Amino acid sequence: MAAFDQELDASGLNCPLPILRAKKTLNSMASGQVLHIIATDPGSVKDFDAFAKQTGNELMESKEEGGKFHFLIKKA
Amino acid sequence: MEQKKLAIIATKGSLDWAYPPFILASTAAALGYEVQIFFTFYGLQLLKKDLSLEVTPLGNPGMPMPMGMDKWFPVLGLTLPGMQGMMTSMMKAKMKKKGVASIEDLRELCQEAEVKFIACQMTVDLFELNPAEFIDGVEYAGAAAFFEFAGESDICLYI
Repeated sequence: MAAFDQELDASGLNCPLPILRAKKTLNSMASGQVLHIIATDPGSVKDFDAFAKQTGNELMESKEEGGKFHFLIKKA
Repeated sequence: MEQKKLAIIATKGSLDWAYPPFILASTAAALGYEVQIFFTFYGLQLLKKDLSLEVTPLGNPGMPMPMGMDKWFPVLGLTLPGMQGMMTSMMKAKMKKKGVASIEDLRELCQEAEVKFIACQMTVDLFELNPAEFIDGVEYAGAAAFFEFAGESDICLYI
């Protein structure tokens, strides 16, 4: 997994909390910085893809590892 | 790119039906939408500082019942005193266990994201509701004000 600037553990949280927490964290970050999000909600895979497409923040990586979902989002 | 707009009318005041407006509003706001929710009739319950929202299986054959209760309690059993309170506590416990946000939390997240809450003035008068019991930041207006925003919205939902 590539380097990241901040990490957000959204494990155990259900829709729409992972997205809302991610958005809040991104708000506090600078353009170009990368956020690593960990989630357990299977719906978050499609949701983070849709979030990136609609907000213009780039989804650099999306993968499942050890029963958890990992996302890297670069702030636009 | 011009900001998209979402207009929602929230008409229901039960715990289960409180979720769709707040989930959709908070998510849309996170996606960059400008959002307004117009609360009318029973939906006004969702604006109270102290929420006492409940669920009822009555008249709702689609509600999954824990432990096969629907088999052991036919419709009349569900009308017993205390049944609604019990179903509500069970639903809340399940939501907590599954990491589903509380209505209070979602509502606060909406307000943080500048979702605008509008209470239907007519229903407030009709039911003699006390605005002092509502959370701060609520505006009061009527149908025409709703259309001013809804008429320009990209998505408009009646819940």
